[in-house]
Amino acid sequence: MIEIDRITKLYGQTRAVDAVSLTAETGTITAIVGTSGSGKTTLLRMINRLVEPSSGEVRINGEPTHAVKPHLLRRRIGYAIQGHGLFPHHTVARNIGAVPELLGWPKEKIAARVDELLTLFGMEPAEFRDRLPLELSGGQQQRVGVARALASRPDLLLMDEPFGALDPIIRTRAQEDLRAIQRKLGSTIMLVTHDMDEAIRLGDRIAVMDGGRLVQYGPPEEIVAAPATAFVADMVGDAERPMRLLSLIPVSDLVEPGTAEGAPLPAEATLREALSACLWTGREAVPVETEGAPAGRVTLAAIRARAERHA
Amino acid sequence: MKPGMFLRVALIALLLALVLKPGAFAPAFAPFAPENGPVIYTRSSLLSLSLSHLGLVAMASLAATIVAVTLAILVTRPAGAAFRPLSRTITNVGQTFPPVAVLALAVPALGFGAGPTLVALFLYGLLPIFENAMTGLSTLPASTMEAARGIGLSRWQRLWRVELPLALPVILGGIRLSVVIALGTATIGSTVAARTLGEVIIAGLLTSNTAFVLQGGLIVGLFAVLIHDALVQLEKYLAQRSGRG
Ligand SMILES: Nc1ncnc2c1ncn2[C@@H]1O[C@H](COP(=O)(O)OP(=O)(O)O)[C@@H](O)[C@H]1O
Ligand SMILES: [Mg+2]
Repeated sequence: MIEIDRITKLYGQTRAVDAVSLTAETGTITAIVGTSGSGKTTLLRMINRLVEPSSGEVRINGEPTHAVKPHLLRRRIGYAIQGHGLFPHHTVARNIGAVPELLGWPKEKIAARVDELLTLFGMEPAEFRDRLPLELSGGQQQRVGVARALASRPDLLLMDEPFGALDPIIRTRAQEDLRAIQRKLGSTIMLVTHDMDEAIRLGDRIAVMDGGRLVQYGPPEEIVAAPATAFVADMVGDAERPMRLLSLIPVSDLVEPGTAEGAPLPAEATLREALSACLWTGREAVPVETEGAPAGRVTLAAIRARAERHA
Repeated sequence: MKPGMFLRVALIALLLALVLKPGAFAPAFAPFAPENGPVIYTRSSLLSLSLSHLGLVAMASLAATIVAVTLAILVTRPAGAAFRPLSRTITNVGQTFPPVAVLALAVPALGFGAGPTLVALFLYGLLPIFENAMTGLSTLPASTMEAARGIGLSRWQRLWRVELPLALPVILGGIRLSVVIALGTATIGSTVAARTLGEVIIAGLLTSNTAFVLQGGLIVGLFAVLIHDALVQLEKYLAQRSGRG
């Protein structure tokens, strides 16, 4: 569990971060979202003490971070940033193994961990482990950057706009991969983004920052359905709200007995996808299946009713 | 690549011949020698002069490298930033002060011989190395440096594992410049009795024997060209290995 307790950072007269408190549960993704200059990066960097707070404290599993030497603290906290920050003169394997090496793991254990992570990120170890970062695509560099942050199985993983430099298609894949890997490993992640879509897609909880203050903290459904301030409503976007809400609800929530024409959707698909399928093919309902077996249908009317209810 | 390699081998062969078998070049240099005067310098062995010349350059450059790189490391730390202008001034003065004047000033203190030459070459060599090391250490990729701190490398570990290896090709560029300048400048050391190839050139000037001047100049020039080339190759190799080339 990560507890941020009334943490503040002053730069001269500027309150870059102003008395922010929030608690993130172990095994969840917290997405910190806000416009540029709202203090997201400063908040994140105070957690691993790349920035020293002016006041307040951070506790990781109950232990205050100021009780540990900064560089030792950072070895326990994964860190991935925009533009990956890989060491250009070290191979992929040495980059990923950097923190385990600092922690004094035996060589064989590091090598095994590197191969395990490369496999997890869909990169054939034999092909990639001896390459230099220069010899990778942008998406691969980013994956190696995230793999490096995960290598020592840290208590916590901090990510600052990790996908900001990727083009949209690769970014969506990277987000899906991260979500899947996080579920599998049960990692605790704090992720900074300026993109509300990314926050909704990845966050178990979303923290919205505005001018150094935390203006709303809650699950994505709540942020979308009940924005606490005009700024949050703006971040969500009026026109986007119904779609964003539907994108958070799985089809399985509204499935009812019966049949429908056309191509079926899997039960994990979102209502947004179901609505899109209805509109695009002029159907009043779409069939739903679980693991290939028919499981009923979702109707356009039910989706409409659900959207009107605002969670 | 091939013609370059061929030229390199040819120049090395020429240099070796000039140093080891100078007598063989008598016909070539004869037209430049005074009538009935000596064509080939024989007062000391060219091999021992060459070795002494290279030794002086190597020692002075090594000392200049250690001092300049250490200085550059110190002033690129946050705590040392205030000393940056001062250290710039010092190394600049080292470069603008003519080596001949350094020799003249150093002789009373250090006596004749290798000492004053070492001092002059050392001072003259500081600036290029310092400037390049500063550039190399202050233009490292920002996200790499941020990550190095973020994953928990200590100051020393960042310096040794990230900053110096990444700056090395640029630093080496400064060392190359400095070495090449020193190879030429070392010749004037012979005016204060340091054993360098300058002895041959000065003997030629004193006796109006152009053959000696050519002989000495050619050997120094070939050393400079070949050492320059070797260091350029080394820089290219290191730049590639550091993933930036
Ligand atoms: N090192 C610093 N010195 C002075 N001001 C800073 C520094 N870092 C950030 N700030 C200021 O703090 C505010 C928040 O910055 P930042 O945390 O980088 O925002 P974000 O990541 O949300 O874009 C901005 O007004 C920024 O100018
Ligand atoms: Mg930022």
